[in-house]
Amino acid sequence: MKLLIPANEENIEAGICVSFGRAPYFLIWDTEKGNARFIENSGASSSGGAGIKVAQDVVDQKVDVLIVPRIGKNASDVIDASNIAIFKSINENVMETIQSMLDGKLEVLTDIHPGFHNHGDK
Amino acid sequence: MKIAVLSGKGGTGKTFVSVNLAEVQGHGTYVDCDVEEPNGHLFFQPVWLETDYISRKLPVIDADKCNGCRICTDFCKFNALAYIANQVLVFEEVCHSCGGCFLFCPQGAISEKDKEVGKVQYGKSLTTTVYTGTMLTKEISGIAVIDALLSKIKDIENVVIDCPPGSACSVMESIKDAHYCVLVAEPTIFGSHNLAMVHELVELYKKPYGVVLNKCIDGENPSKAYCIENGIPVLMEIPYDEKLGRYQSEGRIPAREDEEFRDMFIKLQGIIDQEVDYETAISTKW
Amino acid sequence: MKQLLVLSGKGGTGKTTIVASFIHLLKAKAFADCDVDAPNLHLVTSMKSIPRKTDYYGLDKAIIDEAICIGCGKCMANCRFNAISELNGTYTVNPYSCEGCSVCEVICPVGAIEMNQDIAGELNLYKDQAVFSTATLKMGSGTSGKLVTEVKTALTTGIKTNIENGIFDKVDVAVIDGSPGIGCPVIASISGVDLILVVTEPTVSGLSDMKRVIEIANFFKIQVAICTNKFDVNLDKTESIKEYAKENNLSYVGVIPYDPQVAIAINKGINVMEDSSQAAKYIQDVFNNTMELIN
Repeated sequence: MKLLIPANEENIEAGICVSFGRAPYFLIWDTEKGNARFIENSGASSSGGAGIKVAQDVVDQKVDVLIVPRIGKNASDVIDASNIAIFKSINENVMETIQSMLDGKLEVLTDIHPGFHNHGDK
Repeated sequence: MKIAVLSGKGGTGKTFVSVNLAEVQGHGTYVDCDVEEPNGHLFFQPVWLETDYISRKLPVIDADKCNGCRICTDFCKFNALAYIANQVLVFEEVCHSCGGCFLFCPQGAISEKDKEVGKVQYGKSLTTTVYTGTMLTKEISGIAVIDALLSKIKDIENVVIDCPPGSACSVMESIKDAHYCVLVAEPTIFGSHNLAMVHELVELYKKPYGVVLNKCIDGENPSKAYCIENGIPVLMEIPYDEKLGRYQSEGRIPAREDEEFRDMFIKLQGIIDQEVDYETAISTKW
Repeated sequence: MKQLLVLSGKGGTGKTTIVASFIHLLKAKAFADCDVDAPNLHLVTSMKSIPRKTDYYGLDKAIIDEAICIGCGKCMANCRFNAISELNGTYTVNPYSCEGCSVCEVICPVGAIEMNQDIAGELNLYKDQAVFSTATLKMGSGTSGKLVTEVKTALTTGIKTNIENGIFDKVDVAVIDGSPGIGCPVIASISGVDLILVVTEPTVSGLSDMKRVIEIANFFKIQVAICTNKFDVNLDKTESIKEYAKENNLSYVGVIPYDPQVAIAINKGINVMEDSSQAAKYIQDVFNNTMELIN
């Protein structure tokens, strides 16, 4: 199973990023192989609809689970449509988050916020 | 003549000046381009005669014709489209209605539907004609409503345009057809700072302009100082007046109810006429 | 850390003045000016450091290369924003109207159009004993929502740096000066906020605009508190605002009288709370009530 977690830095001890859409990196953890891979979040610099673009990129990575502290409506709509499960993180850093997931401590994220609406426009 | 009333800072008295100026013109027209927070109609209480709903276009995807090429999602600069689970999802709030996806879909799978963004209303208040634009809340841009308003008044001669505060694109849009701009400033450093911003704007658009100093109190007036430093004509200095404050707070039009203020605004119109004549004499701006 | 956002709907009700007072009373370690169209907070906060300046990139703007252009007019015909005009056979893009959609770039049969990065403003981050984030949008720009988000992000980053450098341990309450209206800069400033204080005035315009901005706040499900500034200009309307708050289950945190001394103090660069104005006592009460709500 592949987990995806937004990270503040490109290493396994990084803090989990509070924003999904604007996270600088994503960690993809393969639970079967026990390995980590980082990708840059190219959608972070979007003027608007960042959550949508980023969610699209995430779906294209073909992961199974997304673990985030919070997520906005637009992004969660995209993720839900793709059948990727969204869990709510409880730890401060990425390493601990993976451990909590593997230990079955995490719950599905139900509280979706309406989004930042920071789109480029007049 | 089309007069635009603007100010960098909110709350300086744009609506106060534009409503009363329109009122003293006799058979003038007042246009409220502050479509996010229109206020002029609260004073005029017009009898509404016509309402037009303004809309923008949103894409509609025909799932049967869509072959998943993703040209549309890749093209969209606003991330309003996503391709998930073999279908294109449209995110209406971030769509800018540019029509690109509709134009470029090779399968002809995208058509367009209308989405209301606001309305333009036309009415009369005694002898003054009132046009108000109102943007729907949660819409991202009022430009479409402002444009609709301005095309309605294109051929009307005597118009006073109440602009939005600031100097962003909605303000630029509102002044584009104006012959003269009245900048309203209050006597604080906030006022003078924002006056500078809107001064830059009217200079850029090469519009003739003058300043009305409003709510003046004793002591230094940083906005007046700014005008003097920059050679900007001060059309009038209106003192802070509790009576005026009361009229405004109750939504009453001083120039309609009170001889003193009627004369004040007739005088202001006269000064503007003089300024405009002077401008035509010395330049070929229009 | 709690975030307090001050909004008004109508401009000129006194947001910035109240924010400056709150900053003084809190001895606030973090504050931001999200009124990027007409920022004023920096005029009343005396930051000693030189701010870190960052260019702000808005939407790309289209530009037509005259040398390549064959004058077919397809770009103009397909621009939904009326940003392209033609004069004597030359086609030009009005950068103030261009929304960066790139339809023209794609539709041009000869590749005469390019999308260029556009510097639409500047961010300023001050890091003294306190962190202050502000920005200015270039005149005529759009994308103010995105800039507001960057102002808030910069504030968070600044706070983190100050904590790392031992300037302070933590920030209890960050105060954010919002912008008038209900548009994008307002919406963008609302994210992550714990309490919105709506500063209104007892006028028909003030009430009308207040209701529209509260509609936005409710959509985002954020707690709202209301205070009435210049309340003595119209006691009846002040009462209406109080009733409105009650009817809609919104906290009413107080009133502030019109006081010409306030403008004089501000113009002299003196914080209203240090000046012995009438208003200061009332602002103190509004502050106390607001802090009770946020904590």
